[in-house]
Amino acid sequence: MNKARRNPLNNAAMHAILIAYTCVALFPVFVILINSFKTRKAIFREPLALPDADSFSMIGYQTVMEQGDFFLYFQNSFIVTVASLFFVLVFGAMAAFALSEYRFKGNTLMGLYLALGIMIPIRIGTVAILEMMVATGLVNTLWALILVYTAQGLPLAIFILSEFMRQVSADLKDAGRIDGLTEYTIFFRLVLPLVRPAMATVAVFNMIPIWNDLWFPLILAPAEHTKTLTLGSQVFIGQFVTDWNAVLSALSMAILPVMILYVIFSRQLIRGITSGAVK
Amino acid sequence: MHRIRWHIVVFLAPAVLVYTAVMIFPLFNTLRLALYSEIENVRVFTGLANFRTLFGDPLWSEAFWNALGNNFWFFIIHMLVQNPIGILLAAILSHPRLRFAALYRSAIFVPTILSFVIVGFAWKLILSPIWGIAPNMLDAVGLGSWFQPWLGREGSALTTLALVSVWQFVGIPMMLIYAALLSIPEEILEAGEIDGITGAAAFWKLKLPLILPSIGIISVLTFVGNFNAFDLIYAAQGALAGPDFATDILGTFMYRTFFGFQLQLGDPHMGSAIATGMFAIILIGVCLYLFGIQTRMRRYEL
Repeated sequence: MNKARRNPLNNAAMHAILIAYTCVALFPVFVILINSFKTRKAIFREPLALPDADSFSMIGYQTVMEQGDFFLYFQNSFIVTVASLFFVLVFGAMAAFALSEYRFKGNTLMGLYLALGIMIPIRIGTVAILEMMVATGLVNTLWALILVYTAQGLPLAIFILSEFMRQVSADLKDAGRIDGLTEYTIFFRLVLPLVRPAMATVAVFNMIPIWNDLWFPLILAPAEHTKTLTLGSQVFIGQFVTDWNAVLSALSMAILPVMILYVIFSRQLIRGITSGAVK
Repeated sequence: MHRIRWHIVVFLAPAVLVYTAVMIFPLFNTLRLALYSEIENVRVFTGLANFRTLFGDPLWSEAFWNALGNNFWFFIIHMLVQNPIGILLAAILSHPRLRFAALYRSAIFVPTILSFVIVGFAWKLILSPIWGIAPNMLDAVGLGSWFQPWLGREGSALTTLALVSVWQFVGIPMMLIYAALLSIPEEILEAGEIDGITGAAAFWKLKLPLILPSIGIISVLTFVGNFNAFDLIYAAQGALAGPDFATDILGTFMYRTFFGFQLQLGDPHMGSAIATGMFAIILIGVCLYLFGIQTRMRRYEL
């Protein structure tokens, strides 16, 4: 190895840049979190100080708990995200299997058709989606969101999963066929377990945009009983703009679940991105 | 004669049905609705009348070009700031013996996982002259006089929001470039070293040409993402995209037109016309990439 690659000065400069940028990335989150635990006076007097015995206060969280139904919002977000991911993964894997395993007329065309949605955002069709949801009575139900997110997630899921399914050994599937397994058993018992890592990648990719989406909850399900956490915190904060304690606490409570998910899934997420799934 | 292989149908049907019914059909239906208007509560076919209004009526066309221009500025800031920073961070992170690389990577990616609502409000509070975090920090380094209520000024609000969006999404180019850099075989870099190409030169002459395809993909992802952006502007400035529409982009313009605001009633047909415009712009961008850039880009077999 040559010298330039382990020059200590270079090394220090690299760490300096990374540390500086890490601070920039984490600073706003840090400020919000520490101030959510302080009294109103302390928030304004010493915004960058950690809460101490004097300035500690949970008043913001009390307001949030009394005024907003954050548990319901959280539950809605959770149901929508999990259900959408489930359908994206199951339907996506089935279609990916059909495209990668069987040769049939129109296979390539079908693949192209399903890939269209990778580049074209589903939001363009919002006007007609709303009209359809109103006509079918699905507006202000979680099903409206689940359907939209499933349709939105499918194209990329099918694309990634069929790449992976092509790598599953043909011998294995043929052995299954000789043993008299049906195509369904081959798919569910043999192939699905083998592409589990790719499924996890697809799930993590889809999870964050679904959880964080504001557009479709705002348009398709703005009713109080179907608000997602993102929409709920948007509305709540809008109402309490002048109550800084409540706003900061609401923001912290919206950050918390995402951070927990991130800590759990970050390895999977980073491995998924760096495995070249979207190269 | 082939018999129908039903299992293929069964495997394809759910995905194709949901995708067609909820994505493709509404997409084309929206394009169709742009050709209709509501006259006395009846939907009538009016051809290109909505587009004539959109481009011909000064009130509409001014708003449209304003939103489109703002949207381009939004995109340019991302290309000029987000992607270079992402590449720089990725280049440092991919250094073979860098310690704590995983820690930095995870920390820098944190803003990307936060929702627009959190990001929008958090920055609104930090930049607020009332709270004073930003002015106090500038004061501390002797630049107190630089502070302005950036989000409240017509001249700076859009750029500020674009930079907030850059802050949020820099993790994505960083990760994708990082992955591309890791996939460069060590032998190529060692061969370069033997020829005396090291350090910065190795980056510009060896690595950068090899990651150009990834940069191309990131650019088109940025383009599509920016031209259907909405959430951050809505969360930070509301549907009116203030001050005085200075931060209005196509997404917020379409939302306002579709749902109405203040005294103006919502108009789904004009909303569809704007959506059609967005569709055309995104299509042009994607086609430019697919046929103009991607096919000409030299791909190196690694």
